[in-house]
Amino acid sequence: MTTASADAHGHHGDHGHDHPEHLAHHFDTLEQQFDSCKLGMWAFLLTEVLFFSGLFVAYATLRANNPEIFSLAASFLDTKWGAINTIVLLVSSFTAAMSVRNAQLGETSKLKTNLIITLLCAGAFMGIKYLEYSHKWGAGLLPPGMENSMFNPDNPWVPEAGHHDADYLKLQAEVNVMTPEERVHTMTTLGRFFGVYFFLTGLHGVHVLIGMGVIGWVLMRANRGEFGPDNFTAVDLTALYWHLVDLVWIFLFPLLYLIA
Amino acid sequence: MTAHAHDSHDDHHGLGHVLPVKLLAGVLGALLFLTVVTVITGSTYLYGFDLALAMVIATTKATLVCAIFMHLKWDKGFHAFAFVGSVLFVGVFLAYTLTDTKQYQDDIRAFGNDDAQNSPFAAPLQDPIPHAHDGDDHTGDDHSENGEGAADH
Repeated sequence: MTTASADAHGHHGDHGHDHPEHLAHHFDTLEQQFDSCKLGMWAFLLTEVLFFSGLFVAYATLRANNPEIFSLAASFLDTKWGAINTIVLLVSSFTAAMSVRNAQLGETSKLKTNLIITLLCAGAFMGIKYLEYSHKWGAGLLPPGMENSMFNPDNPWVPEAGHHDADYLKLQAEVNVMTPEERVHTMTTLGRFFGVYFFLTGLHGVHVLIGMGVIGWVLMRANRGEFGPDNFTAVDLTALYWHLVDLVWIFLFPLLYLIA
Repeated sequence: MTAHAHDSHDDHHGLGHVLPVKLLAGVLGALLFLTVVTVITGSTYLYGFDLALAMVIATTKATLVCAIFMHLKWDKGFHAFAFVGSVLFVGVFLAYTLTDTKQYQDDIRAFGNDDAQNSPFAAPLQDPIPHAHDGDDHTGDDHSENGEGAADH
C-alpha cells in the first residue's frame, strides 16, 4: 500500500482522471476510499448501538421486575407528544435519505432543500422535547437525585396547591392506599424510571443536537457546491448517523410512552 | 461519473447506489402507518401481548430503515453482518442480565422492605403545600404513621 497512488493510476485508468479531485492520496481509487469511509462509519454505528444498549438493558431489567409500576410511570408521559416526535423524526429520516440521492445525482439545490427540512425537523423534535422536559421539571417528575424531584428519598419535593400539582395529586391517590413497604418500593422504582427516562431521552437528544451540527456542516458544504456523483460520502455518512438516531427513537417511543 | 452512479443500480462495486424516490416515499409511508398502528395497539389492552407486538412493530420499522434508508440491502454484506451481529450481542447482554436479576429480585425486595421505615415514603404523601393566603383549611393531614420525613415541609 505504500505505492498506492502509483498503482492506482496503472490499474484504474478507466476512471478517466489522472487523479480524481476528491481522492485522498492514501487511497488507490475512489471506490476504495468510499468503502473505507463506509466501513469506518458502520464500525462507529455498532459502538453507538452498544453505547445505548446499557441504558436499554437497565430499562428492561427494571421494567421486567416491576411491570405494574412502569405502567403507572408511563401514564405520566404524554403519548401525543411522543407520537408527534416519532413522525417528525421519521420524516427527517426520509429527507436525509433523499439528500443522499440528491448528492449522488448532483442535484445541489434539492440537496440543500432536503438538508434544510431535515434540520427543521430536528429542531422541531428538540422543541417538543423541551416542552416535555419543562413540564416534568415543573411537576417534580425527575430523577430521585434532584432537589426538586418528588422521588427524592432525602427530602421529597411537594408542590404548592394549584401550581403544577396535577401529576402529584394523581400519584398521591395511587400510592397513599398502599402499604408503607409497597409505597416505598413504588416511589423508589418510579424515581428509577424517571432516571432511565431522562438518561435515555437525554442521550438521544444529545445525539440529535450533534446530528444538527453535522447536518449544518454538510449544508454549508452543499452550499459551496462540493457534492456530486463522485463525492457524496459526507452526505451519505451523515445520513447513516441520522438514521441511527431515528432507529433509537423507534424503540424508545413504544418502550417509554406506550406501556399499557 | 454520473453514468457510473446510475449504472450501479444492481452493482455492489459502484460508488454507492441511488434509491428511487418512489421507494423512499413508500418506506416513509409504511413507517408512518406502522407508527399509527403501534399507537392504537399500545393504547389497547391485548392480554399481555402488548409489549411483544410493540417490539415486533418497532423491529419491522427498524428493519425498513436499515435495509432501505441505510442502503444495507445493496451495501456490502459485511456491514449488515456486523450491524446485526452487534444487535445480537445486545440480545445476549439483555437475556443474561434479565435472567440474572430475576434470581435475586426477592432478596432485593426483602431488603427494601426491611429498610422501608427509613424512607420518607413510608408515610403517605402529604398534600400540596397551601398558599400562604389560603389559610389553614387544608386538612387531610393524615401522615401520622412515621411522618418523620414528610412532616418537615
